[in-house]
Amino acid sequence: MARNVAIVGTGITKYGVRSDVSLAELAWEAIREAMEEAGVEGKDIDLIVVGNAGGWSSEYLPGVVVAEYSGLSGKPVYRVEAACATGSAAIKAAHDAIAAGEAEVALVVGVEKMNESPTPIVVEMIGRAGNYFWEFENFGLTFPGYYALYATAYMSEYGATEEDLCMVAVKNHYYASFNPKAHFPRRITVEQCLQSRYVAWPIKLYDSSPISDGAAAVILASEEAARKLTDSPVWIEAIGAASDTSNLSKRPDFLVHRASLWAAERVYKRLGIEREGSYKHFDFANVHDAFTIAEVLAYEALGFAKWGEGYKLVREEQTYKGGLIPVNLDGGLKAKGHPIGATGVGMAVEHVRQLQGRVEKERQADIKKGRSLAHNVGGTGHYAYITVYSLSKPRRG
Amino acid sequence: MSQRREMEEFLRQVEGFVEEMKRSMGLPLVFDQKTGAALWFDQRELRLRFTISVEKIRKFFEALSEGKILATRCKETGTIYFPPQVDCPEAPGSEVEWVELPREGRLLTFTVINVKPFSFSHYEDYVVGVGRLENGVNVLAWVRGDPRKLKRGMKVRLEVVRREPEGYLTYEWVPTGEGES
Repeated sequence: MARNVAIVGTGITKYGVRSDVSLAELAWEAIREAMEEAGVEGKDIDLIVVGNAGGWSSEYLPGVVVAEYSGLSGKPVYRVEAACATGSAAIKAAHDAIAAGEAEVALVVGVEKMNESPTPIVVEMIGRAGNYFWEFENFGLTFPGYYALYATAYMSEYGATEEDLCMVAVKNHYYASFNPKAHFPRRITVEQCLQSRYVAWPIKLYDSSPISDGAAAVILASEEAARKLTDSPVWIEAIGAASDTSNLSKRPDFLVHRASLWAAERVYKRLGIEREGSYKHFDFANVHDAFTIAEVLAYEALGFAKWGEGYKLVREEQTYKGGLIPVNLDGGLKAKGHPIGATGVGMAVEHVRQLQGRVEKERQADIKKGRSLAHNVGGTGHYAYITVYSLSKPRRG
Repeated sequence: MSQRREMEEFLRQVEGFVEEMKRSMGLPLVFDQKTGAALWFDQRELRLRFTISVEKIRKFFEALSEGKILATRCKETGTIYFPPQVDCPEAPGSEVEWVELPREGRLLTFTVINVKPFSFSHYEDYVVGVGRLENGVNVLAWVRGDPRKLKRGMKVRLEVVRREPEGYLTYEWVPTGEGES
């Protein structure tokens, strides 16, 4: 039977343009903080999972480079890739190893140095993340371009406007303004967003998450190990994962984020809850807002809103604190930043600290149910991971 | 100035600075414009260009040069594959046959690529769309014409075109007139 898995330590770096550090130095910033928080030393760690998408950065084998720099050479290590959901996939890999009894204590570190390459090269690399031969080679799509295909269809079908989408950016920047680790810790207005230039019509610069460097780390432990290390573990209650076609042309309508829907159905089944109205089971959520349209699509796939009505939650400010469910209180990918491999691990750090009531008070959720949901998408819905964190020990095993 | 020229201009400036640094201190250092942080300017440039096997789908490309657009169909299940694939995972024992795609369709969605990938940075802004053909197969391709006149649901036709300046054959959606679905 599967064993319970807890998070016993967290670390996160400042996200942004981190020209001041190398990839290994950046990873160590987060690792050191997580190990100190957990009260573990290198000798206590059985497994290291490194989340790094790479391509734009110089180290080809970031797993061993990070392990060596962190004094952990000799330990089992591998690198995980699931595009922008790399960090969540890395957590799942370590979680599964502990649940299966293959490790007691595992280090998960997500790290990305996107700014080692010039922006047009990074745009190219992310554009290739889909089906290279059939959709990039001839047609040169970009990451915002892929999401714009969803935005155009969605807006045309349901009457959502560019202003509605900008309101997502305004909300996420608002909460980022209280998060000193965010890439853009400052507020923006709807007007500023509407006036920003198009990167892939109808998606504008201010609808888009930035090209960020950053790292985040968590220490995962079995129930037995966790009990020795902490009085206040946060449990990984359930994980739901799914994928969708590499070719966007193979998707039927560009109105539904299918991978997110399938991942949601899996995780809610585990929890024994209904998808519709799922928000009432969580104190807060993070959803994958690589672009503002992605946050709206996520609301619907996760069951926070009915199909075609996700944008109304934004309009009615239902995903601010005090609304139906607060979403992206750390600023989201949009304003906290999106260092690809670190993003999912950064969500885990946020969820542990939120549930334990120790983030900045302006962006601290009211913790009543002791349970939260983190939704992390890879590529343009190519991968989806939903991780549910809880203060209560799951009943399994 | 095209995005390609902007980037080349920027790199020329950085390289000029690096050459100066190598002459004066013997090291390829540059400094972050905002923070002054020291950065090593990589002295090893990697050029990536892949050679990709199309042997099993050679027929698709040969047909393209005759002005036809082909897909494959699983003989057992009838599933049409586009992009074409020669294996039928639903019925592993079955073969596929080549079929010509219908050309008429409706536009499902589209976007304008304003900020381009490096290898597309020599083009003007281009429109990418997904259209649904009469047989239900979706095709992603560039869409010809003024994006302001495009609408989801409008009629489009798939045509074989020569992509310039590279000068190779591909396919493109062409709006054929008004008409919401």
